[in-house]
Amino acid sequence: MIAANAQLDLLTLGAHHATAIPIAQPTTEMGWAGWILWLPLISLIACGLCAAFRVRNKLPAWLTVGFLGSSFLVTLGLYFQYTEPVTIELFRWIDLSLGTGTDAAGFTANFSLYVDQLSLLWMLFVTGLGTLIALYASEYMESDVGAGYARFFAGVSVFLFAMSALVLGDNLLMLYLGWEGVGFASYWLIGYYYTRPSAVAAAKKAFIVNRIGDLGLALGLYLIWRTFGTIEYSELFERLGSGHHATQAGGWSVRAIPYLLMLGAFGKSAQLPLFVWLPDAMEGPTPVSALIHAATMVTAGVYLLARMFPFLALDAAAAPTVAWIGALTALVAATIGMAQYDIKRIMAYSTVSQLGYMFLGIGVLTTFGAAYHVFTHAFFKAVLFLTCGAIMHGFAGQLDLRKLSGLRQLPGWRITSYTMLYGCLCLVGFPYVTSGFFSKDAIMAQAFISGSTGLGLIALVTALLTAYYTFRVWFRVCAGPVKYELGDDHHGPDDGEGHGDHGDQHGHGEPHAPRLAINLVLVLITTGAFLAIFLKPWAREMVMGSTARNAEPHSEGHGFWQDPHKWMPVVASITTIVGIAIAWHFHLANRKAADALRSRLLANPATAWLPVAMENKWYFDEIYHGLIRLPLWIVGHALAFLDRYLVDLVIVDGIARVPRWVGRAFQPLQNGILQSYAVSMAGGVGLVALLVLYMPQVIKLLEGWLGGGGGG
Amino acid sequence: MTPLLALSDPLTPVALAHFLITSGGLFVIGLVGFLTRRNMIVMFLCTELMFQAAALAMIAFGAYHLDPSGQVFVIFILTVAAAEAALALGLVVFLYRRRETLSAEAWSELHE
Repeated sequence: MIAANAQLDLLTLGAHHATAIPIAQPTTEMGWAGWILWLPLISLIACGLCAAFRVRNKLPAWLTVGFLGSSFLVTLGLYFQYTEPVTIELFRWIDLSLGTGTDAAGFTANFSLYVDQLSLLWMLFVTGLGTLIALYASEYMESDVGAGYARFFAGVSVFLFAMSALVLGDNLLMLYLGWEGVGFASYWLIGYYYTRPSAVAAAKKAFIVNRIGDLGLALGLYLIWRTFGTIEYSELFERLGSGHHATQAGGWSVRAIPYLLMLGAFGKSAQLPLFVWLPDAMEGPTPVSALIHAATMVTAGVYLLARMFPFLALDAAAAPTVAWIGALTALVAATIGMAQYDIKRIMAYSTVSQLGYMFLGIGVLTTFGAAYHVFTHAFFKAVLFLTCGAIMHGFAGQLDLRKLSGLRQLPGWRITSYTMLYGCLCLVGFPYVTSGFFSKDAIMAQAFISGSTGLGLIALVTALLTAYYTFRVWFRVCAGPVKYELGDDHHGPDDGEGHGDHGDQHGHGEPHAPRLAINLVLVLITTGAFLAIFLKPWAREMVMGSTARNAEPHSEGHGFWQDPHKWMPVVASITTIVGIAIAWHFHLANRKAADALRSRLLANPATAWLPVAMENKWYFDEIYHGLIRLPLWIVGHALAFLDRYLVDLVIVDGIARVPRWVGRAFQPLQNGILQSYAVSMAGGVGLVALLVLYMPQVIKLLEGWLGGGGGG
Repeated sequence: MTPLLALSDPLTPVALAHFLITSGGLFVIGLVGFLTRRNMIVMFLCTELMFQAAALAMIAFGAYHLDPSGQVFVIFILTVAAAEAALALGLVVFLYRRRETLSAEAWSELHE
């Protein structure tokens, strides 16, 4: 009931949206902002040159860090110059006019930047974290110095360029360009270790699953252009706000727009049912997982829905759909994460789960909560991935939480262990000292107000599970007695270069602790995650000043128990602490209890399916295999069979055989004897003569046959 | 206007039939000779015979229709046949020198 009311509010906003949505004005002054995009592009070229000239040192990394850092500084400059939403035209890109007179329509998509608080908010953490993670990668990827190193940083540069175009583009086509660009960069970097079949398969999976979502986005873009006649944000919001006639007509093609945009967002941001690619994407190097598959790219879907937030009003069920998909994704991913043993995969599932929270936030109309959670999540999830990466780097690819223990007591691992602890605390939303607590509470409380009790309860249960699985990792890996087993992996197969002098450091008995670059980045990002606590009012201001602004519905009552915003901090704190306590019991105080619980569940036939199904990720991959891959495989092989035996053998070869048979039949006639040729010639002439002579009779005979055939 | 060829009366159908029967006979003799004999000179003579059969038929029809073009054609045919005879006999001599025989069967490699 509450959800329906909230939705109505959104729909009736129409009239005063026109004044409420801040419309960007074009400006000619701030052309220098284009350097946010050009610098990563220059960095790409520089890395390409490094590869071409066979640079065998860390030059590509320093170039990339330098260019991306400059890009971040330009973003900061833009932020401090910012006064009101503007569009900055960099160059004219596509400008078509179709038809004449009253039918005139245009398709304009300039290479322009749309600068408002929402895009600035995104750009600040995208370029900032991009720089820091490139710095981290300079040490992490050092075993690949050479062609692979340049290729890696070129990929990061492409990603930053595409992500900037996605966020800053002033029209949907530029967003789409960036959208495909980040997808390509993601494919590039997941498949970085291209000699490893699993990495290649994961890269393909990510690309193909994303294509499904991209199809939705492309169709949505087309429908928007058809409905509103433009794809430029400023005009779009103006026309939507003024109650454009097509909106009121409200045919199915208008109501489909939010769902198509959603499909795109769910693909890119790994929501049900398209989330399967993200856990596999962990095949890429860890900095990539941190930057692309945790902090920035996967939030592109949230950005899309926040940017196009007013468009969710085009259909009454759109926002609730987003909310439910988000909540269910959060829950499902959390249950899978509970039963995994690979710490990087657990982090991947927690990313899917947290993205679910963000979509829940969008769906329950708190764009602020969603965007703030994106912001805080970018920091703490980057920390978590980077600490996992440091462990993987130091322990020769060991990621199994059963084979690592007590890292915090090992010399050189203190910074990693405690930054990871803070990252975990943020992820579970530990009360008051972490930014994750504030951002997650904003969403969960709003879920009770403008969503439904069901949504809110799912969010709370997920928070409990999150606390459990997150601290399962930390208690296992960083706490407890010191005990570890090194992995058998070097840093993945590289181009066959650069192992040489590093090979002796890895995989031979002693883990090697992270050095300056990794530790510095971990401390800096952890500090960022902490400082994000104080940025809550700032984030609210940023979102409310943009087109994603939305008056969050308030609860009816003002008492403590009537306003979820009041009781949520207490309830969420209790939930979190209970979750941590359970994890402490099973994974630190009494580690045998976890195995005992598992075997007791397996022993009972009624519950035996539960741990098995969770460890097998609820069989999502198998379901996809059965529903999509297997039928396609069967059809493909059937068609191949038809092609080989029907088309090739019967039709093509058959036709080719006819002239050969005919030739063989008439071959004896060509005997080279002059008289036999003369006989056939004379016979032929005689036949023709007879035919001419008896023409009337022949015609009558033929008519008799044909007529008889027709009549019969 | 006086016709170039002063044929006072056209052929009667009976006379035409006689000419045509003679022509057909000549043609069949030529054809059978061509098909049955192996000697190249005889075969060549047989083709000449068939030529003349056709020429005779044309003259007969020309006379029947009072049309001089039949005769004109025949004069052309004779001229061409004379030229062709010179060429063909030259060829036969040439072929004979190669194989020391006049049999047409000596030249049967050109098959398949």
